[in-house]
Amino acid sequence: MKRTDGLVNQLDWMTIILYGLLVLFGVINVYAAVYDADSTSGFFSFSHNAGKQMAFIGIAIIVAIVILSLDYKIYDTLAYPIWIIFIVLLVVVMIFAREVNGAKSWLEIGPFRFQPSEFTKFATALALAKYVSKPNFKISRLKNAFSVVLIISIPMVLIIAQGDAGTALVFLMFILVLFREGMSPIPLVVGVASAIIFLLALLVENNFYFWTPVVVTMALAIYLNRKSIKRAALIFILGAAIIGMYHSVGYAFDNLLKPHQQNRILVLLNPNADPLGAGWNVTQSKIAIGSGGFGGKGYLKGTQTKFDFVPEQSTDFIFCTIGEEQGWIGSMLVIVLFTALLLRITQIAERQKWRFARVYGYSVASILFFHFMVNIGMTIGLFPVIGIPLPFFSYGGSSLISFTTLVFILLALDANRMQRLAH
Amino acid sequence: MNKSRGYIIQGIFVLVAIIFSVRLFLLQVLDDSYKTAADNNIIQEEIEYPFRGLMYDRNGEILVANKAIFDLLVIPAQIKNIDTARFCGLVGITIKEFDAKTKKAKAYSYVKASLFIKQISLEDFSKFEDHLDEFSGFVLQPRITRSYTYPILANALGYISEISKYELSKDTINYYHSGDYIGKSGLESNYETYLRGLRGKQFKIRNVRGVEKGKFKEGKFDTLAVPGFSVTTTIDRALQEYAEKLMKGKSGSIVAIEPSTGEILSIVSAPSYAPGLLSGKNFSKNFSTIKQDSLKPLFNRALMAAYRPGSIFKIVQSLVAMQEGVITPYTRFKCNTNLIGCHNGGSHPFGTSEKLVGAIKNSCNPYFYQVMRKMVVQHVEDSPYKDAKIGLDKWNAYIKKFGFGAPLGIDLPGEKGGLIPDSKYYDRAYKGREWKFSNIYSLAIGEGENLVVPIQMANFTATVANRGYYYKPHLVKSISNTGQPLPIYTKKHYAGVDSAYFEVAVEAMAEVIKSGTGQYRAKLKDIEVCGKTGTVQNDPNPDHSVFIAFAPRDNPKIAVSVYVENAGQGARAAAAISGLLIEKYLKKDSAALYFEPYVLKGDFE
Repeated sequence: MKRTDGLVNQLDWMTIILYGLLVLFGVINVYAAVYDADSTSGFFSFSHNAGKQMAFIGIAIIVAIVILSLDYKIYDTLAYPIWIIFIVLLVVVMIFAREVNGAKSWLEIGPFRFQPSEFTKFATALALAKYVSKPNFKISRLKNAFSVVLIISIPMVLIIAQGDAGTALVFLMFILVLFREGMSPIPLVVGVASAIIFLLALLVENNFYFWTPVVVTMALAIYLNRKSIKRAALIFILGAAIIGMYHSVGYAFDNLLKPHQQNRILVLLNPNADPLGAGWNVTQSKIAIGSGGFGGKGYLKGTQTKFDFVPEQSTDFIFCTIGEEQGWIGSMLVIVLFTALLLRITQIAERQKWRFARVYGYSVASILFFHFMVNIGMTIGLFPVIGIPLPFFSYGGSSLISFTTLVFILLALDANRMQRLAH
Repeated sequence: MNKSRGYIIQGIFVLVAIIFSVRLFLLQVLDDSYKTAADNNIIQEEIEYPFRGLMYDRNGEILVANKAIFDLLVIPAQIKNIDTARFCGLVGITIKEFDAKTKKAKAYSYVKASLFIKQISLEDFSKFEDHLDEFSGFVLQPRITRSYTYPILANALGYISEISKYELSKDTINYYHSGDYIGKSGLESNYETYLRGLRGKQFKIRNVRGVEKGKFKEGKFDTLAVPGFSVTTTIDRALQEYAEKLMKGKSGSIVAIEPSTGEILSIVSAPSYAPGLLSGKNFSKNFSTIKQDSLKPLFNRALMAAYRPGSIFKIVQSLVAMQEGVITPYTRFKCNTNLIGCHNGGSHPFGTSEKLVGAIKNSCNPYFYQVMRKMVVQHVEDSPYKDAKIGLDKWNAYIKKFGFGAPLGIDLPGEKGGLIPDSKYYDRAYKGREWKFSNIYSLAIGEGENLVVPIQMANFTATVANRGYYYKPHLVKSISNTGQPLPIYTKKHYAGVDSAYFEVAVEAMAEVIKSGTGQYRAKLKDIEVCGKTGTVQNDPNPDHSVFIAFAPRDNPKIAVSVYVENAGQGARAAAAISGLLIEKYLKKDSAALYFEPYVLKGDFE
């Protein structure tokens, strides 16, 4: 009894309230997304996505309670076995699963189906935390770095092999965690810079407009550093590398990406090129959100989402319903809630004295951030269409339960941070 | 150091949140185009086409009615599991055509209806209607086209067809949509704004598959179609039918006017076509056949063909000369064929000295040479050149008051004005060189540069019948909204010649029929007809036969002008036709129609 009281007092209620608000706002909008005025089934009907989502919320609450009641130390102890179990499940899925929308990612047991790849996120977070919190871990050490790459890339490769590149991309966000744990910022900077060069290469039609600023900047930098031959040489190599990469993008784009992936990127750059074909999703999504105006059309009064102009309106494109019916105000509420949750989780991570908990905390923040950024970004035409859910909002049991698990393990670790200190 | 990296990460989170907020603000608050796009997505405008106004003859018989045809529309998003081969068989197209049409529709919109096949007749429609439910994505939209009770009056009625790009661009109030029908010629064109009615519009909400989800804003913007106004024409259907029968196989025109009102009882342009040919599915095919016909059936000779007036013009000359005071009914001129040739013979040998009535009756050219010379050469200037200018312009003003030299303004499009030359005309023609009466004397007998249009001749005849005034000829007696013709057709126009002088002209025209040479073909038992022949020279081809007449002499009921191209003397074809028309109109079924076989035979020997 005393232990429970202690736990309740130690829990970070701020996070739980933010989580609760997001889930609640989410299910309300799932109901709106598939609302059909002609249908008689109510909110709690299981024939309706919202009714099912309510059931998933029930399961998620049970999962959360179970997570909080377990001994917090088992997450550390079982980190590797959990990771291994999900790696095995990923392999099993690949062998046995039926293909749905071009991806083999659903595992079916009787009437239940779930997506192991969703859960691999928290399993990888645990394993990474476990490995990084090893007493003499140093990211700069080659052996350690190699192991870290393995922990992250094995599930990634398997998920890509399932045909679900979107979910695999989430694992790239662990780079933020490693950055926080002392990794050189260079990979992060290089990564962002490469992405920018990649997009520029596709966007800039006349090479002259790319070459000129790069060469001018390079010449200026070399001139300013003319005293140091070493630095000047480095700048020259950097400039040459940028131009080299710029010119190889065309090749990479044509040969490494699948046609539908190419389309998604091209559509991002120019959605009006093919509004009825490849650009349909983005065009309709922007129309739905854009037509919401400042205050929205009103709950259940959206037309674009109701009349199926927006695809996947209760899962990946759930944000369209909010944008259309709740307007800019509603959209901002979602963004503020998410940002608050992300910042709160970062702060929780920072206050951990136990490195395992801190690394795990940052992993949670990074994963949620990636989903938030990519999902909303794609609905408003800032990111290519990548089919990943908006955490807590999108309809779907696997995603809700996996995000709940992710957050509540952190809360369990956080609630016990004082004991760990005493330990 | 690593702790500060926590802030960098938090900074990235906040940065993304700010970017999203700004982007959303731009999308949702500042940019209105998405709202329009959203409405375009869901709102489908359904058009209810109004009934076009009907056309009646003067006795209330229906001339032009509406018939339903159907356009087949396709909504590509709704096409699902249809048996293409069967579908193509039913509507009568090939699978290749089907694919091409579907592709075109998809390029326009997946969710909005595009035209698939237009103008399916009622017969084809009933074949297809029962099976329509098998072919999701296809809907039939009723349209209105014209049907005709009698195969007559094609040129005057005109036709309707799809609006052209040019017409669309001229439609400043955006009444029309591409694909709408519009009156293209005749009354259909002239009374378009009365006949067309008001289109009904319904704004329906549809989902992405085109399934109807109710009315937009509870039907706040929906309107019902309002039928167009009907028009009662001035046409006498029986007379029109008879006139067309008489003109069958000939080229030319007939205009018959009721003098007391200016109402056109009959207007014929031959050859013509059956108006039904330009209505419905085969419009394009029939139209090009008719258009390519070398006899130009679409050319409305009654108002578009300009001829030299010929001897008929001598009546006009007499009237203006009497009004000007240069002659009196008793003025005599010798038939001096040194001045200009004449048809001497019978009671009018060379050298006869006729009074006015006799000169008209015998169509004496030298007489009218003298009349014209007196009009033009009035010795107000010493220079014969300047004098001729003043005289000619005075003459021109008189003639124009009769409605010659400019379109009369009848209610049909395309009316020509003919030509009555004035001094400026000859100055231009002679390019600065001098001219005087001896250069222009052939105007005297209706030859030379004079050009008149048959409708103007009919109007002139009505003016003589009225002893001095006319109402502009028109084809619509009343429009159903006001029960009146257009206001311009109720105004009296005076020709500027005293009615006493008209009595002389009437007397002369009566004499022409009674005892003139060969005009007996227009003579009727019990009805005193007044008329005048005209033989319009048409070298090297045979002359045109022309006749004007009105009857009865007192209180006239009908005035006609008849033109039969290349049919020789006016006393033959045109006179016979005029007589038949007058008799038919005045006596209805008891008309003897003595010369009908002569006219129908058509060789006029």
